[in-house]
Formats: sequence, structure tokens, C-alpha cells
Amino acid sequence: MILRLIERTGVFLVSLAVSSVLVFAFMAVLPGDPARVALGVNASDEAVAELRRQFGLDRPLPTQYFDWLGGLLHGDLGTSYVSKVAIGPQVFDRLQVTLWLVVAGMVIALVVAVPAGTVMAARHRKISGLALSAFSQVGVAVPAFLAGILLIVVFAVRLGWLPANGWTPPAQDPAMFLKQLILPALSLGLVQGAVLTRYVRSAVLEVLREDYLRTARAKGLRPFQALWRHGLRNAAVPVLTVLGLQLATLLIGAVVVERVFVIPGLGSLLLDGVSNRDLLLVQDVVMVLVIAVLLVNFIVDLLYVALDPRLRTAS
Amino acid sequence: MKPSFSTRAVAFLAAAALLAVTACSAGSGTSSGSSPGGDQNLAIGLVAEPASLDFTTTDGAAIPQVLLGNVYETLVKQDDSGKIVPSLAKSWTVSPDRKTYTFDLVDNAKFTNDKQFTANDAVFSINRVKTAWTTSLKAAMDVVSQAKALSPTQLQVTLAKPSNDWLFRMTTRIGAMFSESGVSALATAPVGSGPFKFSKWNRGDSIVMVRNDNYWGSKPYFQQITLKYFKDATALNNALLTGTINVIGTVQAPEALSQFTSNDKYQVIEGTTNGEVLLSFNNSLPLFKDIRTRQGIRMAIDHKALLDTCWAGRGKLIGSMVPPTDPWYEDLTGVAPYDLAKAKSLLQASGAAGKTLRLRLPTLPYATSCGQVVKSQLEQAGLKVAIDQLEFPAAWLTTVFKNADYDMSIIAHVEPRDLGAVFNAKYYTRYDDPTLQGYLAAADSGDEAAQVDNLKKAARRLSEQAAGDWLFLLPNLMVADKSVKGLPTNAITENFDLSKLAR
Repeated sequence: MILRLIERTGVFLVSLAVSSVLVFAFMAVLPGDPARVALGVNASDEAVAELRRQFGLDRPLPTQYFDWLGGLLHGDLGTSYVSKVAIGPQVFDRLQVTLWLVVAGMVIALVVAVPAGTVMAARHRKISGLALSAFSQVGVAVPAFLAGILLIVVFAVRLGWLPANGWTPPAQDPAMFLKQLILPALSLGLVQGAVLTRYVRSAVLEVLREDYLRTARAKGLRPFQALWRHGLRNAAVPVLTVLGLQLATLLIGAVVVERVFVIPGLGSLLLDGVSNRDLLLVQDVVMVLVIAVLLVNFIVDLLYVALDPRLRTAS
Repeated sequence: MKPSFSTRAVAFLAAAALLAVTACSAGSGTSSGSSPGGDQNLAIGLVAEPASLDFTTTDGAAIPQVLLGNVYETLVKQDDSGKIVPSLAKSWTVSPDRKTYTFDLVDNAKFTNDKQFTANDAVFSINRVKTAWTTSLKAAMDVVSQAKALSPTQLQVTLAKPSNDWLFRMTTRIGAMFSESGVSALATAPVGSGPFKFSKWNRGDSIVMVRNDNYWGSKPYFQQITLKYFKDATALNNALLTGTINVIGTVQAPEALSQFTSNDKYQVIEGTTNGEVLLSFNNSLPLFKDIRTRQGIRMAIDHKALLDTCWAGRGKLIGSMVPPTDPWYEDLTGVAPYDLAKAKSLLQASGAAGKTLRLRLPTLPYATSCGQVVKSQLEQAGLKVAIDQLEFPAAWLTTVFKNADYDMSIIAHVEPRDLGAVFNAKYYTRYDDPTLQGYLAAADSGDEAAQVDNLKKAARRLSEQAAGDWLFLLPNLMVADKSVKGLPTNAITENFDLSKLAR
């Protein structure tokens, strides 16, 4: 068990190092010069060169990389080329916004997927199960941004129940915060929920065929009791893997949904950074996203051990 | 046994659904949208969010749109009809040799850092353009040889040579007046003498301006104005429809205007801008050095049909590089009228027919949609057109603008009075024409009548030489709640004047 922990930690750290190189390299080959974007049309080559020097873009790439990495390790994300503001606090502010979206989306996905997937599995030969199945297929096919646009048209523009877009921090106005959170969280959560439902269904179907479940039924447990006591925990292991992957998808989905709902989260910070060629900012945001995804996978790895006693004794 | 399983499962599912519905309806009780505020507050939806608040080191139209005229003031400004009128300077005189300008300044203007505005601040601001500004616009101040304070309320500026353009540039951001002790944090905390104070910037979302109650001139109506930024045209429309904002500052999707024109809650304002949508030619290429290619392309384009298709018929056909609000405007749409047969023969004669031209477009709504129409119209005249989309601004600026690695492009030149800046050998149009330069020089150094006369000649020259093709002039399209008053019909200055707005 300890060995497994060390192994997983090792993998986590190596992945981090490799991805930092990749992120940096991608930024270095991105076409478009940050200094020219800042100075705009007509800027003389001398002025652009001078600004490149101020940005530190004239230094050799390895120096730039290690400076950046050193800063990251000390928690210093640097100062934005364009806005001249420290990047760390900006990323922190935006991350809080995006986390609300991702967490709310995940909760909705789970609330939809676990019961729906279980029913679909239990009734997979019945009309109701098939109907749910077909419905979830449609959900899988709809991208989150389209779901968002549809939700806006119905609930904001036509019915006027909820705001079409915008963001209010929860501390400032909790009621407004909730109102503005509902539609974006639903568009993320429903789509992810539809995907997750398919996995829950197959995991539960798998479990339903197991011998131990038949034994449990033979002891006199009713199907739901048997599934509840013996089945769900077993079904949870594959679902957890998917859940880890889906958190990553949710983070990426949030980038697009933030755009549709005009939410100042990490996604809009990233897109603005790319368009202004604020390379350091983009590098930092992408790195934060990478760390988040790797961290989730790492935690999922650890959770396997908690859920599955066999993994604890294997070593 | 079986029914009891599914009954429970269905009950569970129903409970989950109920939970979701409750969560929804929790938010639906009260009215929709964040109310833009009471009578004293206004929210305006705009498109491009500034990257910084410092227009001395960062280019782009978004910063002066917010700050100029509202936070920073200039000595002179442009009124709605394009005339230069007093602002921080009550009046001014020009010496007979047209090289010395003497400005009488107002004596009661104060910066928001409580310092009085004096001629020393004006000297400081003018000199600072040469020393501290980095954007290319600073070149407009090169002609100044000396600025000096004759008294706290009198400023004298001496030019190296007569320049009508210089006084005009003083109405733009170049002419912004800064406080000597207020330039330490331009990117985050601007200090000006204008009717509004910068209050707060929620990055990625909005900028909040509050009324400057110590303003020396007539005070604005609104106590607080929030400028909200929307990258997406539909999100911007929805924000007005659901009451999050009161005004759409620039309509990005004119084809969607009908949802507002058909609703009496809203007013739609349509006027002109300085944004000439130019189909630019790379005049340094041998093919484009032949005037028959350029004229052929101009005559192959049916401008009316193009405008109807790609910008919902909103906008104005101009035929050269001058908007109707400039004093030297003439309707030049008749210089190269649509004539497919003639276009075909011109292109045949120049050898362009059958050749493939690269149309490298920036990823901007008007360029993307009009690019398709241009392509199909030119192909009818016998050209082949390969469209290439370049991310705007970064990739387009490097490829087309800096390296001139293109055959044709489409971009709106939104800077005011930019005829001379756009059509010269150093610019990406690579248009080298001594005759044109002669007209421009004469216009800059002459008196007002000579300026108008020579710029008319310059505009006609460009049109006749087909230095580019002017697809149309971008319209100023705004939609607002019916109650909002004071919105400008024409958007011809760099700034969005917030001080005239009222309810």
C-alpha cells in the first residue's frame, strides 16, 4: 500500500514536470508577438524590440523556462505583460469562480446519473429503461454550450425566470449568486450527467450479473436491497475512474460555458490571455488547469485503495 | 419482488428531479436579471474589454473608448458633427505662419487627486508623449518643437512646421491631459479631470465609473455607469432583453436587430462611424502594380448586394477613404461602379484572370462574412480566391500587417482621418504614390480651405487609382431602453461620451 502511494506520487510529479515543459514549449511556438499586439498597428520595429526586452522575451528560452518554473515553485506566477498586474491573485480569483461552476456541474451530473443509470440498468429490457437510454443518448450528443444557449432562450429570454448571463460573488449577494449559477451549472451538469449515466448503467449491469448478487437475492434480500448493500460499492470503482476524467472535461467545458454566460472565470481569463498574447498569463492558467487535472487523477488513484480492499493487500 | 425494486428506484429518481426543480424555482421568484440599478445608475454593454487602462503603452480602441472624455480630458475636442470645439482650452489662436498655437485654459479644472489643472500639466502631458509613450500613435506629437506655460492658464505650443492634423490629433488620446503627480499607476488607477472617476474594474466582466462631483463643467446625470463586456454578440443581445444592461453600445450582429425594432421597449440608433471596411490590396505585388487589376476588382464587386448580404444592409457605401462626417467628404461611389463585363475585360487584360489570390482575413465578424461574398463576386469575374482565416489580432497583425504576406485582406480602419496613414509605402497596403503624398502635405500645411480642397483631391485620387476597395462604412448601431437619452447618433470620436447620457 505504501509502495503504491509512493509510485502514484512519483507518477504525479513526473507528469507535472513533463507538462510544464510542454506548456512552455507550446507558448514559445505560438504565432504572434505579444509586444506587437500591445503596441498595435504602426509600431516601429525598435519599439517592439524594446518592449520584448522589457517583457524578457529576448532571453534564451531555457532561461525563460527556468525563471518561470522557479517562480511557480515559490508560488510567484509573475506579472502580466499586458495589464501589468500580478497574475497570482487574478488566477486565484478566477479559479474560485470556475470551481463553483465545476462543483455545481458535478453535483448535478451525479444527481442525474446515479439514479437514472441505476434505473436504466435494472429495467434495461423494459420500455422505461429504453426510453431513458435514448434520452441519455441525446444528452451525450449535445455540447454544453448548445445546452447553455437553449437554456438561456427558454428560461431567461422567453420565461424571464433567471438572468441570461453574468456573475455575482456569493459573499456579495447570495440570492443573485444562486440565480446566476443555475443555468450555467445545469448546462454543464446535464450534459456530463448524460455521459455519466451511460457508465453508471453499464457498471450496474455488470454488477447485476455477478454471483454474489444472486447469492444475496437467494438469502432473501429484495433486488434493490441487494444492489444497495452489495452492488453499489462494486459499481462505484469504474464509475469513479470516469468521474475523474469527467472533472477534467468539466473544467474544459467550463471554459466554453463561461463564454456563453459571460462569467469571469478561469476560462475567460485564458481566452483573453490568448487573444492579447499575454503569454505568461496563458502559461500560468494552463499550468493551473494541468495541475488540477493531475491532482484529481491522483486523488482518484488514492480513492481506489479506499474503495477496494483488494488493492490494499495486493502489495 | 421486481415491481418493488423499480418502484423505489423511480421514487429515488423522482426525488432527484424534484430537488432539481426546487433549485430552479428558488431563483425564479423575483424579477429576472441583475437590475442595472435605480434611476441614477446605467449599464452599457460593450464588446472589447481593455487589456490595461494605460493607453500610453497599450494600443487598441477599448481603453480610450472608456477613459477619454470621461476620465481624461483634452484641450480641444470634436463635437458630434466633427467640428473641433473647446474643452480644457477655452479658446486658442494660431499665428499667421500657422506654427504657434496659444491656448487659454480654464482656471477651475481639478484632477481627481485634488491638484489644480494648470498650463504646467499641459506642458508635462505634451512632452510626456515623446518621452514615455510607446504606442505608435505618439508619432503625431513629433511635429511639436516646444510647449511652454506662459502663465498658469496660458499655454503656447510651437510646431516645427504648420500642421492642421496636429490640432485634430489633440482631440484624440494623444491630447489627453495628465496630472504631473498622477501618472504612477496609469494601468490600474487613472487620474484625470473629467466628469467621471474610475471606480472599479472587475476583470473579465465590467468597469465601473462614478460621477466626479467636483467636476468643473456641467455634471453628468448618472451617478454610476457600469460598462459590461461581452465577447459574444448573442450574450450581449440577451443581456439587454433580460434587463442586465440598458444599452448595447455597438451591435455586433445587425441581422439580429429585428428582435429590437419590433419591440417598443427599445430604441434603435443608426448613424455613421469612422470605420471604413477596406478590401486592401498588397500594392507591392507586380499583379497589383497594374491599375487594371485593381480597377477590375473594384468593378467586379456589387457593393449594394454585398452590404445587404453580409451586414444586413446597415452601413453606408462611400467609395473612398473618407466618412461623411469629415468636412472633405464627397460621394465617390460612382468612380468605379459595378460592371461585371468591364471588370472581366480589365482582369483579362492585366493577366490576373485565372490566377489565385490569397484573401487573408482577420477573425472578425464583418471580415468573415463579407470575405465570402467578395470571394464569390470576384470568382464571377474570372479570378480564383483562396480564403485564409488568421486569428485577430495576434496572427493577423504579424502576417498581414507587419510582414505584408498577403494579396488581399479585409479590415475596418476605425481611426479618424486615417487616409494618409493607411495609404503609404510603409503601411501594409504598400501604396507608394507621390501625387497623393503631395496632396496630403499641402493639406496639412495650408489653411482650412486648402486642407479641405487638397483632401478632396486625395480621396478622389485614391478612388480613381483603386488603391483599395471600400466595401462600406461600418454603421454606428446602438440599441437602448427607450428611456435612455443623449446617445450619440454618430460614433466618430475615440471615446464613448458618458457625460451626456440621461434618463
